[in-house]
Amino acid sequence: MAAFPFSAIVGQEEMKTALILTAIDPSIGGVLAFGDRGTGKSTAVRALAGLLPEIEAYEGCAYNTAPGMPLPTGESNEGRAVVSRPTPVVDLPLGATEDRVVGALDLERALTRGEKAFEPGLLAKAHRGFLYIDEVNLLEDYLVDLLLDVAASGENVVEREGLSIRHPARFVLVGSGNPEEGELRPQLLDRFGLSVEIASPKDIEQRIEVIRRRDAYERDRAQFLADWAGAEAEVRAAITAGQQQLAKVQVPDALLITVAELCLAIGSDGLRGELTVMRAARALAAYRGADEVSEAHLREVAPMALRHRLRRDPLDEAGSTTRVTRAIESVLS
Amino acid sequence: MPDGSDPSGLTPGRPKEELWQDAGLAAALLGVDPEGLGGAVVRARPGPARDRWLEIAAQFRGDRLSPRRVPASIDDERLLGGLDLAATLSSGKPIVAPGVLEEAAGRGILLPMAERATTALAVKIGAAMDAGGPLPFIGLDEGAEPDDVAPEALLERVAFRPDLTGLGLRDLTQPDISVEEIAGAQRRLATTHVPNEVVKAIVATAAAFGITSLRAPQFAIAAARAIAALNGSDEVEELEAQAAVRLVLAWKARQLPASPEAAEEQPSEEPAPPDNNDASEEIPQDLPDDTPEMPEALPEEMLIEAARAALPPDLFAQLLAGSSRRMQAGSTGAGEESISLARGRPLAPRPGHRGNGARLDLVATLRTAAPWQPLRKRTNPTDGVIVTPEDFRIKRFRRKTESALIFVVDASGSAAAARLAEAKGAIELMLADAYQRREQVSLVSFRGAGAEVALPLTRSLVQAKRRLQGVPGGGGTPLASGLALAQEVAAGAKRSGMTPFLVFLTDGRANICLDGAPGRRQAAEDASKAARAFRQEGFAAVLIDTANRPQASAEALAGEMGARYVPLPRAGSEEMARVVQAATA
Repeated sequence: MAAFPFSAIVGQEEMKTALILTAIDPSIGGVLAFGDRGTGKSTAVRALAGLLPEIEAYEGCAYNTAPGMPLPTGESNEGRAVVSRPTPVVDLPLGATEDRVVGALDLERALTRGEKAFEPGLLAKAHRGFLYIDEVNLLEDYLVDLLLDVAASGENVVEREGLSIRHPARFVLVGSGNPEEGELRPQLLDRFGLSVEIASPKDIEQRIEVIRRRDAYERDRAQFLADWAGAEAEVRAAITAGQQQLAKVQVPDALLITVAELCLAIGSDGLRGELTVMRAARALAAYRGADEVSEAHLREVAPMALRHRLRRDPLDEAGSTTRVTRAIESVLS
Repeated sequence: MPDGSDPSGLTPGRPKEELWQDAGLAAALLGVDPEGLGGAVVRARPGPARDRWLEIAAQFRGDRLSPRRVPASIDDERLLGGLDLAATLSSGKPIVAPGVLEEAAGRGILLPMAERATTALAVKIGAAMDAGGPLPFIGLDEGAEPDDVAPEALLERVAFRPDLTGLGLRDLTQPDISVEEIAGAQRRLATTHVPNEVVKAIVATAAAFGITSLRAPQFAIAAARAIAALNGSDEVEELEAQAAVRLVLAWKARQLPASPEAAEEQPSEEPAPPDNNDASEEIPQDLPDDTPEMPEALPEEMLIEAARAALPPDLFAQLLAGSSRRMQAGSTGAGEESISLARGRPLAPRPGHRGNGARLDLVATLRTAAPWQPLRKRTNPTDGVIVTPEDFRIKRFRRKTESALIFVVDASGSAAAARLAEAKGAIELMLADAYQRREQVSLVSFRGAGAEVALPLTRSLVQAKRRLQGVPGGGGTPLASGLALAQEVAAGAKRSGMTPFLVFLTDGRANICLDGAPGRRQAAEDASKAARAFRQEGFAAVLIDTANRPQASAEALAGEMGARYVPLPRAGSEEMARVVQAATA
């Protein structure tokens, strides 16, 4: 089933920007999308799969190993064919067991041939791509811990059932959820690079447009995808260009100081906030084709990079976005 | 519901025949377009009405397979599929058994006791429905109370919610739709056109009713199309749109469209912030019985009118009390249930080791070990079963968490010493009871320049008693500090897995600001700010007015906090304890 095209999503600009930024620079960290039901959280993530530029990997490699890198299985990569494959966007079902996530003993080979072999799990599958968890706040805690640990270290280490294997697993963790069903622990919140709040469009015209496009998609999928192919290609090209541009983007020293002041002003602990703001601003500059990060870039990414790192202030009723914006105004003025 | 809304669930003025006709129409539409409409959650106790509806739905289903019945207690393995152990062992290669959700693809799901389904189950079914698998979803909701409904994740994904409560045998007529008509409508469906004005009107109507989710208007449009196809027309017109709105949007309504101007603006607001459940008792008495008359101006007016007639009768009360499941969700979410190793409802076992109170699940452990036996015996030939530490599975349970009863006492001079003594007495009485109910208790007191935690969360009655004796009285009333500290303690309790319940004992007259400086006006402002912040957290709370005469300031404060307001003039400790017990029960 072909996913709904990314560029056909009405509104949700922040969510779309966040996903594009992490596609340009995966080191930004994951994206957390919280919002009401029926606002198209998962639609956006699933749409991403159809949009991302392809990656190159060894043929038949279950670990998406990049050409030139050693294979985790220890086999030689001499003379192995390199193929293009779509950037993985792996869905992690809520009921997934630990075995399925990290990988486990290959049952088939164990039972039929009596061999001990490792069957890679979803983490291997998501390497160099995206791992999507819908309803992340309902995922069992031990799985969330495990995922965040792997996402941070970029490596999956398996020591179980007499197997000892490690393989790279660098992926962008995308979580979505409904805040009414329980919140994430603050420790986990902080591990996501960007956080976006999703609401359904307020404007009636926009809402109608959403319904209209959805209806067109449901009724004639092929035609709808064809209609949007051009727009999709444009975004894809911009992402590819952004990836190439990224290394060339300069961050002026003055701006680094601003970022530090900003993080201080909102009371975000640790350097994670600063790093994320800086990386996100750089990715945005690259996406927009700029050579240097500007204040405008900073303004645009700061809310999503910082709103989940705010220290809770029981006396401040203002939404987190307002508080970040307020801090930006006071620091930049 | 305390306001005496009709317990039969019938809209006054909405005859039973109409309810039954709508239910029949919903069944027919599900026959026409099960994928586009998601399904239905039928609100009815088991009985002839429900059986009859299911029969009719089965007739209208035509040749499609009947929906797969899913018990509410189904475990993940069965739901999502997994390794079929018996088949795997006998065949020597892994046989994966499909889960119920997979089996149900193309035929749908029937979930009895949908109101008992956990959010986790609902979310999994919902995800499968989103992927186009088990459609239609038929939930049987046997809830007794108005807010005892199926999880929002399921309600969100179905178009209809026929309410059969109170229908008698003689109401259950055969709908005048034939199976052939359904088949004809199915063929016509693809070519049935929905004009733009209808789409626009339906979307605007949904917004006017405060429905934020965009699935609802989508369902309404699909329903309108299916009705048109059923009527044999190839374009949706006013009448079909009205019926669709009545069937799909009315029960999803979150607010009443006030006036045409407001209806335009309302979509830009979220529905009112989650009220506290315990505020349910204080519904203002001066409710307008009738919704305001509206001039006929907008095209969607007709639709709104159509839906208004079908609004659930208790909607008003629910909206005011904020006691719909949606509002509750915040508090029932992560806080009230938690995983335990010791007791509660069993969950799927998971790998682990004994210790830390974990109990070994012997059967699960053996099941895990079983497939490896041939392999292990090859390297280590013995007669017995070879179990290695990786096979260990431990039992886990889900249980209701403890509550944390947090008393926030105004120990200032204005709360006269005598009242303070009675408050202490009441607390002790409640502590004795809280102890029996295995609750933890904490005491926050505020007086003078600030607030302090006089008693950290504890289960020890003895310690609590000793500490309570030492609570000094007198000085100013730093209400804002008290509120802020109480909120902190409650948030901490919630983080450690307890469900906080707060009892405030104050007269609501602040005279010390947040920063400790005196000043009545600033203090009141700080307090009301703190109260609103408190409300955001959605903790359950009751405010007991300890003044000799009920204070408007205390009542206003309770309103701002989203707490229940209870004036207790000249009440003794026992009465106070009784109020709190009634509120927490």
